[in-house]
Amino acid sequence: MATNDEVMRSDKNKKDSQVALKSRKRDSIVFLTIIYIVCTFLALLSLWPFICMLINSTRSTEAIQSNSISLIPGKNLKKNLDILKKLKTFDVKTGLKNSLIISISVTVLSIYFSSLTAYSIHAYDWKLKKVFFGLIIGIMTLPGTVTLIGFYRTCYQLHLTDNKLMLILPAMAAPMTVFFMKQYLEGALSMEIVESARIDGAGEFRTFNTIVLPIMKPAMATQAIFTFVGSWNNYFLPLILFNKQKNYTMPIMVALLNGDIYRREYGCIYLGLSITALPLIVAYLLLSKYIVSGIALGSVKG
Amino acid sequence: MKQKKLVNYSKFGYLFAIPFFLTFLVFTLYPVAYTLVIGFTNHEGAIPPKLKFLKDPLANFKYLFKRRSSGAKSYFLEALITTCRIWIVNFLPQLGLALLLSAWFTDNRVKVKGQGFYKVVFYLPNIITAATVAILYNTLFSYPKGPVNDLLMHLHIIKEPYYFLLNKRPTRMIVEFIQCWQWYGSTMITLIAAVIGINPEIFEAAEIDGASRWKKFWYITLPSVRPIMLFTLVTSLIGGLSMFDIPQLLASGGPDNATTTIAIYIYNTAFKKPYKYNRSAAASVILFLIVIVCSATLFFIMRDKDAAKMAKLKKQAMKKAKLEQKGA
Repeated sequence: MATNDEVMRSDKNKKDSQVALKSRKRDSIVFLTIIYIVCTFLALLSLWPFICMLINSTRSTEAIQSNSISLIPGKNLKKNLDILKKLKTFDVKTGLKNSLIISISVTVLSIYFSSLTAYSIHAYDWKLKKVFFGLIIGIMTLPGTVTLIGFYRTCYQLHLTDNKLMLILPAMAAPMTVFFMKQYLEGALSMEIVESARIDGAGEFRTFNTIVLPIMKPAMATQAIFTFVGSWNNYFLPLILFNKQKNYTMPIMVALLNGDIYRREYGCIYLGLSITALPLIVAYLLLSKYIVSGIALGSVKG
Repeated sequence: MKQKKLVNYSKFGYLFAIPFFLTFLVFTLYPVAYTLVIGFTNHEGAIPPKLKFLKDPLANFKYLFKRRSSGAKSYFLEALITTCRIWIVNFLPQLGLALLLSAWFTDNRVKVKGQGFYKVVFYLPNIITAATVAILYNTLFSYPKGPVNDLLMHLHIIKEPYYFLLNKRPTRMIVEFIQCWQWYGSTMITLIAAVIGINPEIFEAAEIDGASRWKKFWYITLPSVRPIMLFTLVTSLIGGLSMFDIPQLLASGGPDNATTTIAIYIYNTAFKKPYKYNRSAAASVILFLIVIVCSATLFFIMRDKDAAKMAKLKKQAMKKAKLEQKGA
């Protein structure tokens, strides 16, 4: 009797837990379905404009006019390219060259001098260090808009507009990058290595270049990507500083695509946009691992 | 040892910081100071006259806030309100979406497959040049034939093509949508990193106590990521205050100034006839003051918390010791 009762009870318990497990499983499936539906919708939302752009860049303007959301590429890529080449304002070669010169110089200067500045704060004790670091944090978020008028008028009075150096040299003071580099140094560089280099008789500057810089490579790579992209995408400053077409960067060229004269050549506009976006998309997909982990690193600072 | 280090090497600290400091002086501090000065002067016109302070030094600033003759708000104030409005309407859904996705992607009961793919795709719009994005959307919303109009008509949502970019509210909504669309991925990745940083034992303990998914989110996740959320909020606000590319290239700040942000106002005032550099500089100075307040908040959030705590403890201990001394 007693044993029977016990068996029944344990059976009931088992059933209960099974029911609970089942309902939990069902709950999970419903939950996951919602997640996948929302995420797929968001993914489509992210991709659709670019897919639309790429497909329409291969279609003729007439085809786009009659139906602009086709999923089948057309055969007009070459014709669109020919029209695009004729436009005097959209000069891809010049744009690419200028953008590359500026972005690469900005990246190199910014990464090297930010590392140097971060090292000066991390490795040495000097009286004004705390004030200096406070200043760096203070100006970290200063937008370019604030300095714009003074900067432009100075450049104008010194005849320095249309000079690429005015966009490149400011990169030597990049507070965000310095801040990131300093955080990285704190975790990655032990002063014992520096001390032993000193005992070996290496000068301070040489120690930095040959020992500290190689240790900072991972941080430099992450920051280089973001600095390069930031400089490449910059539209505001080149727009104000550059008047001569030979200095135009890619974003300015893109902005000119919207001119009213070529308004009707849709295939051509989509192709121009594709040309400017595609290198970024490809580079992003190749480097996405570093970029995604880099965003997390850059912002999570307790 | 430390004493020796101080004596020997401190000069290298100064030496290595000099390039940064000089660049900062020339390219940041001087332009800011010069902008401030211009704000009080007669510096305007295609060929500005000799720099002279105005009789009423605050005239440019006063003008910015003076009502128009029609009695409407001044253009500057209108731009300020537009900027804040666009920022708020883009930031709230952006943060909400990012929070939701970060909670989903870090759930320890159900594993979402393809997370890596989703993260990469959600962040993609952020990496594309804003100028390209703006022109692309301008083309997508073109009238009478355009991808968005075609799509909405295929889905029978609208019967006739709609001229989005000729109407104030829709254009502003498109700008808000683009901002949100470009940035929620970035915010999401930041928040995921913050959630992963929470001690998993806290979640386990809550589960043993039978806490539901919603309760775990509300009572553990949300309070833990609050500092990071604040950080995102402040950086986004400062970025939003200087928003230029998207509204300028989507609809040139229009229609009827509906998307004219402060940055566009500053640009138009200084670089279009009649070249009011002084008025534009005054607007920059006000923007600068707003940004300083935001940065101060950020500084407060990011200060070294452990050091602050130690200092507080030390103070308390000192107080206690003093009290004890008095008592004795």
